[in-house]
Amino acid sequence: MAETPSPITDGAEAGYGESERRGVAAHEVAEHEHHEVAATGDDPPEARLSRRRLLWRRFRRNRMAMVGLVLLTLWVLLAVFGPIVFNDYHYRELTSDIRQSPSRNHWAGTTQNGRDLFAMAMEGMRKSFLVGLAVGLGSTTISAVVGSFAGYFSGWLDKVVLWVIDLLLVLPAFLIIAIVVNNTGSAGGGIALLIVLLAGLGWMLSARVVRSLTQSVRDREYITAAKYMGVSGPRIVFRHIIPNISSLLIIDATLAIGAAVLAETGLSFFGFGIRPPNVSLGSLIGDGSRQASTFPWIFYAGAVPLVWLILAINFIGDGLRDALDPMSKSGGSA
Amino acid sequence: MGKYLLKRTLNYVVLLFIAVTIVYFLAASQLNPINQVYDIQNADQSFDSALRVLEERNLSPETPLLDRYWTWLQGVFQWDWGYEPSGGVVTEKIAAKIWISVRLVVVGSTVGTVIGVVGGAWTATRQYKMSDRLFTLWSFIMISTPVFVSAVMLQILAIQFNRRTGWNWFEFIGETGRHGDMWISPYLDRLQHLLLPTISLALPQIAFYSRYQRNLMLDTLNADYVRTAQAKGLRRRKAVFKHALRTALIPTGTLFAFQIATLFVGATFTETIFGWHGMGEYFIQSLIGQDVHATVAVAAFAGVCVIGGAILSEIFVVALDPRVRVS
Repeated sequence: MAETPSPITDGAEAGYGESERRGVAAHEVAEHEHHEVAATGDDPPEARLSRRRLLWRRFRRNRMAMVGLVLLTLWVLLAVFGPIVFNDYHYRELTSDIRQSPSRNHWAGTTQNGRDLFAMAMEGMRKSFLVGLAVGLGSTTISAVVGSFAGYFSGWLDKVVLWVIDLLLVLPAFLIIAIVVNNTGSAGGGIALLIVLLAGLGWMLSARVVRSLTQSVRDREYITAAKYMGVSGPRIVFRHIIPNISSLLIIDATLAIGAAVLAETGLSFFGFGIRPPNVSLGSLIGDGSRQASTFPWIFYAGAVPLVWLILAINFIGDGLRDALDPMSKSGGSA
Repeated sequence: MGKYLLKRTLNYVVLLFIAVTIVYFLAASQLNPINQVYDIQNADQSFDSALRVLEERNLSPETPLLDRYWTWLQGVFQWDWGYEPSGGVVTEKIAAKIWISVRLVVVGSTVGTVIGVVGGAWTATRQYKMSDRLFTLWSFIMISTPVFVSAVMLQILAIQFNRRTGWNWFEFIGETGRHGDMWISPYLDRLQHLLLPTISLALPQIAFYSRYQRNLMLDTLNADYVRTAQAKGLRRRKAVFKHALRTALIPTGTLFAFQIATLFVGATFTETIFGWHGMGEYFIQSLIGQDVHATVAVAAFAGVCVIGGAILSEIFVVALDPRVRVS
């Protein structure tokens, strides 16, 4: 439900899926073989571009991706170091300036309680960053492990996993998180619980993609070779399959961070996620939207950092996709 | 084909049943409707009487959870989704609210998808030209703006526009409002109220579908069969529309069906911000009001949307794409 899932991740799964997936799978395999050659070849290492250097070169060529990287770096710096550098006001401090528009003293204005909105926005950015990073990594890990195990060990495990995925997709995640978080109080534990729930209910679509990718890699020679050398199944999955679908996972994790931030802010917008006295970008937007016609700066204090972050993530995700996919024309020749 | 679909549908019905059951147990154990009935200010009312009211509505925490579930389930099979804590009938409420949501979502998503697909196809034929780059940038910004930000932005802009021109061009609260008594006035009034929510639903759709359609079109525009069609004397325009766009529409149709659920869910924000009393708003209200039965009913509605979308997209794939054959 309303994790307002990043349409980009959705798209990769739903319709376009088949052909694109196969495309990615094919290039993954090609990459792996390339890797083998590079590892066993006798060329001096500096004669070739390392894979990482190659990707960076392709990524750098994409102007929007570089803009995204700069935007993201600035955003993260402000979220992490902002409250230390700009420490005139604490985000919980109640000043006597009520509902002031942005000024030299209060860069983003103040709320109806006289709280400094710039400090609140930075605090909200920290919360969103924490939630986004934790959920993005968590859900990508779950989808990688579950999807690749299901794809590699077909049979009953595969059936069970598919069924669970279907069930979780039918369950409205937004509603379940709202019910559970709403009734556990607003203490610090609320955020940890929110992270666990968002990660636990947000991995299904990408797990399906991982599964079908795994199936296309499963019968390759190097997997068969590993199998006949006596490597155990789980080891094959972790050592051979997951590294070989890693480019999908990197893209996925990037976009999952954005989706998680949107889910958290969406919940907080309605007052179901992070609640006062804690501050989230979502709760700022929710507060501001009710007074948008008269005191719009409260809304802007939440909305600007949010759109800034999501835009940066989408730019980077697009650039990564171009850089990691050799089929893509916009990535350039090398 | 028919057998395959039947099997899938049966599977989905089982899934829906389990999902709704899980939501019921979660809601019934977590939500506490007693405060909605019990009024501390009212000296005449005893706590026991409040409990008795809840008991009548099958909401009393004193009754074992399983018994409540069983009573509720029997009701559902006769299409009775239970009572709200305040005594309202959930089935009636939902029957009215579904149509409000449908009116909003159908108009918004149709407008958004059509413009998006056309825009995407058009920009694909102009790849890397100025118009393509600008449109791409715009759609990136739009995709990155969540509905609850863009809807409020629209409101702020509309208010400023109304103030500048001194006339209420845009209405942004509710479905209808005050209007004059000409025969056409009620319709104009509805249109006025529909305008902003529709734009706010359509904008992200346009952005998303144009990106998606553009990528698909870029693949098919360079396909051999499009070149062949042109080589045989077809005009570029005709080759693009008849051969490239048609093939590229298959995945879009599938995706659209798949996204039906997301549309209704996304409308939660639009409905709340623009004051439409549809399913999305009902969902928020029922959670705030600790309303177990309404929450479960909305969850069931969301589940039906997901399943309906999934089945539709499966039919689409099989019906539209001759390469797919179901065994």
